[in-house]
Amino acid sequence: MPGGPDTVSEPLRREVTVRNPQGLHMRPAAAFAELASRYQSKVTVYRADQPVDGKNWLELLLLAAEEGTTLVLEVAGTDAPAALDALADALAAVPTDDAADPVG
Amino acid sequence: MCRMSEFVVREAIVPDLAETTKEGVIREMVRSLQAAGHFTGSDPAEIVRAILRREQLGSTGIGRNIAIPHTKHDAVERLVGTVALSRKGVPFESIDGQQVHVLVLLVSPKDRPGDHLRALENVVRSMRNDEFVQLLRQAQTRDEIWQLLERDAAAK
Repeated sequence: MPGGPDTVSEPLRREVTVRNPQGLHMRPAAAFAELASRYQSKVTVYRADQPVDGKNWLELLLLAAEEGTTLVLEVAGTDAPAALDALADALAAVPTDDAADPVG
Repeated sequence: MCRMSEFVVREAIVPDLAETTKEGVIREMVRSLQAAGHFTGSDPAEIVRAILRREQLGSTGIGRNIAIPHTKHDAVERLVGTVALSRKGVPFESIDGQQVHVLVLLVSPKDRPGDHLRALENVVRSMRNDEFVQLLRQAQTRDEIWQLLERDAAAK
């Protein structure tokens, strides 16, 4: 059947560099996963060949992504474009409160 | 440097926590590290407060009866930690509402975010293994716990 409303969307991908000086530690990982879970789309984050489920914050910790690490964000689903923008911003964000209280 | 058998202080392992509250067990673990020779020149109460401040931002009770309390602090020059078991269980405001029976405490230097991340990664990776967690909970002594950590590190 030709493409229609039930067609699975092609995944969207974007490279994102981690800018948080503390890296993707427990708090930003939990915040990212919580945001990702609000979208219908499947969210995968890659570090080189290693994929993790972006909606699972413990899996995100397995990336051990320090500041300067480039990750690939992959989003597939009906709300993928909105998800990609919001999640790419979240991944590249530098939280202002970390500087005041540098805990993981 | 970042595997549990590399940063956990063997002499500070607590196989049977006496305390039963979140603050109590954290204090007990910090005191255990202090007794093993760490945090000299620092006030352990301040380290406990730093760990509790971090807990207020979001519980480190990651579910499945496990918690990973941690902080960054000037009291250490390299990452140190310990493992503690609670037979009774400790209410920890965990993500799944379960009480905590296995705790891994991490205290990192402030200027080494990479080590901290890799240590967290290693702890999370080890704790994904249900069999490992089960064996830990069944351990009765410091030596048994230590051997499990070494075996786990060797298997990676």
